[in-house]
Amino acid sequence: MNYRAFLIKYAEIGIKGKNRYVFEDALCDRIAEKLAKVAEGFDVVREQGRIEVNYPENYDYDEAVSQMQKVFGVWEICPAYVIEDASWDNLAKKTGDYVEERYGNTKHTFKVEARRSDKSYPITSPQICADMGEVILKRFSEFSVDVHNPEILLYVEIRNMAYVYSESIKGPGGMPVGANGHAMLLLSGGIDSPVAGYMVSKRGVTIDAVYFHAPPYTSERAKQKVIDLAKLISVYTGPIKLHVVNFTDVQLAIIDKCPRDELTIIMRRYMMRIAEHFAYENKCQALITGESIGQVASQTPQSLVATNAVCTLPVYRPVIAFDKQDIVDIAEKINTYETSIQPYEDCCTIFVAKHPVTKPNLNIIKKSEELLTEKIDELVQTAIDTDELIIVGKHKKHEED
Amino acid sequence: MMEAYLDNAATTRVCDAAAQTVLKVMREDYGNPSSKHMKGFDAEQYIKKSTEIIAGTLKCQPKEIIFTSGGTESNNMALCGAALAMKRSGNKIISSCFEHASVYSPLISLKDFDFDVEFAPVDELGHIKLDELLNMIDDNTTLVSIMYVNNEVGAVQDIAGISKAVKAKKPDIVFHVDAIQAYGKYRINPKKEGIDLLSVSGHKIHAPKGSGFLYADEKVKLRPLIFGGGQQKNRRSGTENVPAIAGLGEAVREAYEDFEKKIDHIYSLKEHFLERIGEVQGTYVNAVLENQVRKTAPHIVSISFDNIKAEVLLHALEEKQVYVSSGSACSSNHPGISSTLQAIGVKKELLDSTLRFSFSRYTTMEEIDYCIDVLKELVPIYSRFTRR
Repeated sequence: MNYRAFLIKYAEIGIKGKNRYVFEDALCDRIAEKLAKVAEGFDVVREQGRIEVNYPENYDYDEAVSQMQKVFGVWEICPAYVIEDASWDNLAKKTGDYVEERYGNTKHTFKVEARRSDKSYPITSPQICADMGEVILKRFSEFSVDVHNPEILLYVEIRNMAYVYSESIKGPGGMPVGANGHAMLLLSGGIDSPVAGYMVSKRGVTIDAVYFHAPPYTSERAKQKVIDLAKLISVYTGPIKLHVVNFTDVQLAIIDKCPRDELTIIMRRYMMRIAEHFAYENKCQALITGESIGQVASQTPQSLVATNAVCTLPVYRPVIAFDKQDIVDIAEKINTYETSIQPYEDCCTIFVAKHPVTKPNLNIIKKSEELLTEKIDELVQTAIDTDELIIVGKHKKHEED
Repeated sequence: MMEAYLDNAATTRVCDAAAQTVLKVMREDYGNPSSKHMKGFDAEQYIKKSTEIIAGTLKCQPKEIIFTSGGTESNNMALCGAALAMKRSGNKIISSCFEHASVYSPLISLKDFDFDVEFAPVDELGHIKLDELLNMIDDNTTLVSIMYVNNEVGAVQDIAGISKAVKAKKPDIVFHVDAIQAYGKYRINPKKEGIDLLSVSGHKIHAPKGSGFLYADEKVKLRPLIFGGGQQKNRRSGTENVPAIAGLGEAVREAYEDFEKKIDHIYSLKEHFLERIGEVQGTYVNAVLENQVRKTAPHIVSISFDNIKAEVLLHALEEKQVYVSSGSACSSNHPGISSTLQAIGVKKELLDSTLRFSFSRYTTMEEIDYCIDVLKELVPIYSRFTRR
């Protein structure tokens, strides 16, 4: 019997020795979750070095491809023709049928690329290339061979069955989410932090997020914007638990007691502390920020020393050396840019000093923080205790719960 | 917690009579008024009835009412429609410097079609400087557009006086009035007041959003903006929004029933608010002279606050379920300083610190008291922390 399927090639996980199954299982799961949104009845199976996706009778092809293109770890998506009886005569005929159906006998150059992972198959890969080339030339008078720049690259892969395909759709690359631990993203309403979350997630990391809300200085719309951003990146990262922390009282205490030009640095140190609390609570191995060297006063190397000093977990800063435009390019690609530029004030900008310190001295900052001793722990604890938890990007089966 | 919706200049709650009529039209009398059968006839009757109610309030002919999707469309239809229809006689249009965006923007867009637009200044009470307006009129002037009640500070123009002076200088000028904040609060008689075009929005007077009309004197020529099946005597094509029109008619009928009593109630709310606002530290009332409250619009109060950013106070009030506006809600999405406040000479440092409180006939004294009490509690807290 012959049928059609998607053959999924994956990116780096092929090199992962003994742990390979962890990565492959994660990839299968992520693909299955995405396809469940398209239709019922997709079947995702692990094959040696490949994943085969069998699809139901009725589904939206474009939607299925588009969903799989959002799964990290997918290198290429190949709509393939699967030939169960791979004996040479049948393989030759069916491959011809595939070409016939797809291209007809029209003018084309082609090349055959063969791969034989079933080493018991009696013909070697180079021989399959040569013989299949001949079969095609014989059957299609308009076809000619071009081994350097073929219009059609016809793949023939022999496993326990044979796979024939000539189209490869690019996936995002990276590693399947869930294969590489868990991290807490400090998500603001800006352009950079959603991109940072996306980038780390692309390395297989699952993500939760913290947002610092400062009512009435920031509005419900500012909060909704952050929820929307979390939803947008959850398309790639999978479900995100978003902790909305009411930061107003902590912020006002800092404004009240500390020098205004140090406000942003001290505020960010408290944000890191609170984010780290939620990171430990959720068994994260890292924090993620969208900081980029020198972009604003609080992101100079000296400022980063000051904010980094309060953390014990590693802080991933994937856009640290990116130019703004490079970050914007990714934001546009992952569809967060339009949302990020909505003009709602966030709590970092509202009280910002005209001339904030750009080269803070850690000792001076620590001294300033001592001015807060009286009640800051209590305020931080209250902020932590009153967090609002919003889960975005839930999978279909969870939604029914 | 008590709730106080004090943003009625942004939009109002639909009155029960209007809501019930809308529902009935949508569910039972849903015919297309252009259809020849009974269902169409029934639908047409709603339009006829609303037209008659509205014409009755304006003392005009039913055929002078054109239904629109609301205030913005009415203003666009009036300005672009009249300016383009009269282009052969002249290309100059005069308006004031603190009009709503739905007047200002179409006028600016008319510049692309070789129109010359000038804006007359206002004084600190928001009254047009009539001499300067008259000086702007020349032989090419075809259209003058002045708003009846300013949406941000509630200043009221002497429309009849302005029209009379304008037409004394050049009798064939078409005089447009944006009455979006005035209709339902004033008895307006276009024929007596010399108004040729008058824009009205439904949702400011307890009718549904998407309803409104333009009064156009039968002598005024208008070029349509929307072409199609020729509905509304070719002036505005498109199947009439019968539910909204029917709802608008009901809302208008209610607004002008026991009219004096309703307006008196809204004025007394404003007077009470202004009496008590002094209890809140660092507040300034804009565009109202003492003891002359009733010379301003009944439903709009503009207050500036020392040392508080309007948006912060707005969101703090929101937490107490008191809903107000900073600037005008229609333009609140564009963080810019209100040009109305600048025009009436509000101090620079207060431009960004001004809130609008606006009332309706449903607003109660208790809500006003609650609002003032909440302000007394919040203002000292939030004026402590300011941006530098």
